[in-house]
Amino acid sequence: MTEYVALDAQTKSLAFDHRELGLSDDDVRRMYELMLLGRRFDERCEILQRQGKAHFHISGQGQEAAQIGAALAFIPGKDWFHPYYRDLALLLAIGVPPRELMLGWFARANDPASGGRQMPAHWGYRPLNVVTASSPVSTQIPQAAGIAYAHKLRGEDAVTYVSFGEGGASKGDFHEGLNFAAIHKVPVIFVCMNNGYAISVSANKQMAIENVADRAAGYGMPGVVVDGQDMLAVYKVMKEAVDRARRGEGPTLVECKTVRLKAHSSDDDDRLYRSREEIQRLRAEKDPLVRARAYLLEQGLADDAWFEEIEKKIMEIVNDATDWAEAQPLPRPEDAMKHVYWDR
Amino acid sequence: MAQMTYRDAVRRALIEEMERDERVFIMGEEVGVWGGTFAVTRGMYDMFGEKRVRDTPISELVIAGAAVGAAMNGLRPVAEIMTFNFALLSLDAMINHAAKVRYMFGGQFECPMVLRTTSGWGQLSATHSQTFENYVAHVPGLKVIMPGTPADAYGLLKAAIRDPDPVIFIEHTHLYRVRGEVPDEEFLLPIGQSNIKREGRDVTIVAYSRMLHEALKAADELAKEGIECEVVDIPTLRPLDLRPVVQSFKKTYRAVLATEQWLGYGVDAEIAAQIYEHAFDYLDAPIKRVTAPPVPLPYNKHLELAAMPDKEDIKRAVLEVLR
Repeated sequence: MTEYVALDAQTKSLAFDHRELGLSDDDVRRMYELMLLGRRFDERCEILQRQGKAHFHISGQGQEAAQIGAALAFIPGKDWFHPYYRDLALLLAIGVPPRELMLGWFARANDPASGGRQMPAHWGYRPLNVVTASSPVSTQIPQAAGIAYAHKLRGEDAVTYVSFGEGGASKGDFHEGLNFAAIHKVPVIFVCMNNGYAISVSANKQMAIENVADRAAGYGMPGVVVDGQDMLAVYKVMKEAVDRARRGEGPTLVECKTVRLKAHSSDDDDRLYRSREEIQRLRAEKDPLVRARAYLLEQGLADDAWFEEIEKKIMEIVNDATDWAEAQPLPRPEDAMKHVYWDR
Repeated sequence: MAQMTYRDAVRRALIEEMERDERVFIMGEEVGVWGGTFAVTRGMYDMFGEKRVRDTPISELVIAGAAVGAAMNGLRPVAEIMTFNFALLSLDAMINHAAKVRYMFGGQFECPMVLRTTSGWGQLSATHSQTFENYVAHVPGLKVIMPGTPADAYGLLKAAIRDPDPVIFIEHTHLYRVRGEVPDEEFLLPIGQSNIKREGRDVTIVAYSRMLHEALKAADELAKEGIECEVVDIPTLRPLDLRPVVQSFKKTYRAVLATEQWLGYGVDAEIAAQIYEHAFDYLDAPIKRVTAPPVPLPYNKHLELAAMPDKEDIKRAVLEVLR
């Protein structure tokens, strides 16, 4: 049976009180900060691509609440992450240093993901168990099931995060991965970031049902649909799912209803398939930063001066990461042949 | 030294490696309770339990995909896909992931897994009878092994399981009952080493898997007519070791390349190109390829045998290059 969380909330802020979720005032302020960092970092990468300094950009703008809410439910360093290409804010939230993330956009020699071999936004970060993705979507789902299977086989209580779009949920990988994980009750959380579009194809042309998570019942695992623009609601359902997995009770399929504020990628022009009015409406009604800001003000956790100060602090971090990463050396051409096979 | 079937040699390698290293586990369709479609894992479910001999759903994609994940997370999966025809559905995991984990991670993660599958035929028609070793042997980052003898199957599978890179290990269904000598004491064979299986001075025959046996039979029969063939086995297709082939060719000046592949863009084309590159001045006759004709394999036995190469085709080819 699917659980539906905070979907009909009429509020323009957030549906839950953070104290009831075991979060401190500082935690909530930190969540806002991380969301803002994700947004500003993403905007910077977009500019770098337009300037010709990065070849490719794919945006997570609009999805920050879902990513931050999810990230905080995991234990970085212990748990494993198989994110998809819009999960920039999640990577920042679990602790990948902004400078190191920026190296990926500049494809520098010391890029921790791959030394400039992998595309931007195909994250990889060994110290925090972040596994690099390949470009065919949702292929990370069977792998995540295998990663979690290894944890279970060794009797460890680490949990694996894997995310994908609702577009990726149309692939056979989704079915095979979820079925396998449910059969073996492995500790993995399947997170569908449903932003309504698979590149240009709207969700109603991708599936005949309203919710991806309604399919969970067919696999024998809990399914949860949550307002992905509400960082606290996402945190609440993710925490419950992660706790279940850690107790050995198997996987959960969580669907975050979210929005994509930008085009699919820097190779896409979304004016061809959606109106500017739609974007304006999403920005006015669905921007997770606006919602979180309203909550902080409403709860008396922050004032205008604080928001200004945070904005300044975040821009300093983004500027520092950009300037530092740009100054790092490029890979040497002869290193193109390295790492194909193990080399003693 | 014991006589052992190819099947038992593969099984012995699996059991020994699972006993040696608890990170090694097997998964695939029918591998557990039933003991494998070709009975290779028979009895292993009772020996190692369901956690390490794991029956899976009919999901080739997740068998390979989950193996990639488990390998990145420190295990040594041996995934089994019944035949290469079905392994086509696993190729995304193998080519887009397994082959690239090390590279796209700049060497931080590795993917030490083995995908075992089969080549073979026998009145099973077009979509049960294909062999695609050339598809995967083309891919940097993968290793591809196709052993022809029980000893090679044993020694190379053990090496494959211990190898830090992903290996596709292709057994041949016709060979499971073939017997051969396998030393009693444990041994490993180096991946990427070709071997002369029969010495001769007149023609070099290059073959692997089932065609190795057809080549040896052809060589035996030709020897009665005074023609001495040198038979070179290439049990590893990637990385390919052609030094013994080139050395042999520099002695015989003639080569016949025998595979079960379709004519065109096959493993044989790569071997021929390398012989031309490394021994052009030694060429006394055009290199001759023995292959399957480019046709989906038919079901009827007479049709099927007409569409599959054997020792007679090899003998004809040898006589042609000697003409």
